[in-house]
Amino acid sequence: MRVLVCVKQVPDTEAKLMISGDGVSIAERDVKFIVNPYDEIAIEEAVRIKEQSSPDTTVSLVTVGPPRADDALRVGLAMGADSATRVWDAALERTDGAAVARVLAAVAQEVGFDLILCGRVSIDDALGEVPLRLAARLGVPHANAVTKLVVEAQHVNASAEIEGGTAVVEMDLPAVVTVQRGLNEPRYPAIPAIMRARRMPIEVLDLERLGIDPDVVVASSRSRVVGLSEPPGRGAGRIIEAETPQLAARQLALLLRDEAKVL
Amino acid sequence: MSGDVLVFCETRNGVFRSFCGELLTQFRPIAEQEHVTLGAVVVGEVPGWESQLSAWGADTVYRLEPIPPEVGPEALADQLTNLVQAMEASFLLFGNSPLARTVAPRVSEQIAGAFVADCTGLAFGDKGPIFRRPVFGGKLVADVAAPRDAVTVATFRPNALGAREVAVSTPILHTIDATPDGDIRSKVVETVVHAAERVSLQEAETIVAGGRGLSAASGFSVIEDLAEALGGAVGASRVAVDSGWISLEHQVGQTGKAVSPNLYIACGISGAVQHFAGMGSARVIVAINKDPNCPMCEKADYTIVGDLYEVAPALAEEIRRIRVEG
Repeated sequence: MRVLVCVKQVPDTEAKLMISGDGVSIAERDVKFIVNPYDEIAIEEAVRIKEQSSPDTTVSLVTVGPPRADDALRVGLAMGADSATRVWDAALERTDGAAVARVLAAVAQEVGFDLILCGRVSIDDALGEVPLRLAARLGVPHANAVTKLVVEAQHVNASAEIEGGTAVVEMDLPAVVTVQRGLNEPRYPAIPAIMRARRMPIEVLDLERLGIDPDVVVASSRSRVVGLSEPPGRGAGRIIEAETPQLAARQLALLLRDEAKVL
Repeated sequence: MSGDVLVFCETRNGVFRSFCGELLTQFRPIAEQEHVTLGAVVVGEVPGWESQLSAWGADTVYRLEPIPPEVGPEALADQLTNLVQAMEASFLLFGNSPLARTVAPRVSEQIAGAFVADCTGLAFGDKGPIFRRPVFGGKLVADVAAPRDAVTVATFRPNALGAREVAVSTPILHTIDATPDGDIRSKVVETVVHAAERVSLQEAETIVAGGRGLSAASGFSVIEDLAEALGGAVGASRVAVDSGWISLEHQVGQTGKAVSPNLYIACGISGAVQHFAGMGSARVIVAINKDPNCPMCEKADYTIVGDLYEVAPALAEEIRRIRVEG
């Protein structure tokens, strides 16, 4: 079985972010980047499938990103993936998820796949569009926000999120599955694995090499960020002080009714 | 923009979800300004659809054939794709629900459209619509534009826009025979819905949430009681979910649900930036916490410094008393 995992490198959740001079992107200087945490779950699941199935199962990683994104691929290689591909091109600088999906589809078709695993969303733009655009482009079914996955030779059973619960979706392969927290606990690679991953090759491709016209990719990009700002601050709040919890609760209830008008 | 505005009117237990009214009434003036039709897309028979959709100002109702429950999400995506293409719509709008998140991006790709998710704001100017949405876990807010000639598929955070008053319309019903033609290669073999909540977390006007300060799973009985007194839903921080005190569906925050209630009462939640990402757009925030310097207390509109096990039951009692007295 050929498992392909789509990976994105994102700013660390703890990073303090500054808006760059262009007003539409973040200043990357001094920002630590990590593997999108949902993609780590996808990598872990792929490696477990490999460990539990026939020895000819392969796990390939792919990312669309600048050279710094190699670090994200090396994390995945250390976790147990077999190979990694990074696609980058100046034309991709300011494109959206539609463009990324187009590139990923081309890579998927080139390396071949039975199952594509992706994180449910990336924690930076939190759109969750690329995996499902990819599924649509490839004409394969998908299951979204999956917390349990059973992989057989010809099909998978995926427990996908629905309102207030889960639906078990049975899909013929090939298929796209996006993973949700709770599916597994990603491993911490051991030092020898990290050292080995450092020496593994990463295939770097540009659009020309993939046979994609840069103009087409740019034109296929549909949305663009026209402004970034800090979220509006909230006005100073009020601390309710009273002699007993009962009195504080009474004051609060009255404020919620009469001042905030939310009761 | 030249085509119709379509609003996918999702139902829950046979009733339109509250965001259907928000989206229809908010886009009503935009449809007028652009001289386009405001269409409500419904699936199957929804009791009372006519009076509700006319109160929300819909010009047209497109009724889709219900898809058998065992068919996977691609079928609805294909139906909506056919509809958008047949109507040459400019917008297809959803409430930000799990259903929307598994269907909308697929439609977007199939119509070569733009996709924006979890929008909390909307501005409409000469250059077309600007969608406002939180990014980077709520640390920043992005304004996103789509080209005027592209179809835009967007999901909106429930309660974020609010409904507005609009003139009552007389919607015209079209039954759409948009049954998907391709073979569907996925099927739903089992559905598990957890204990039916009184109120859906995402649409709840009031949410009472518990976190680390509860110290134990049993603490959620206090949270549930306060939520019941308020007619609200129960939320939780990641710590509470990771500790196994409550299920993942209740989690609010960057890795959980994004909510925008009128009132959010955070009990024993310190207010990490990731939690705030999911609830920072609440209109009124109350913090009940032992630590007056916690980030939640700094951002809350009202803070009670104290033991939530004392304060929350007292508050539930006060709320019930006020409700009885009117």
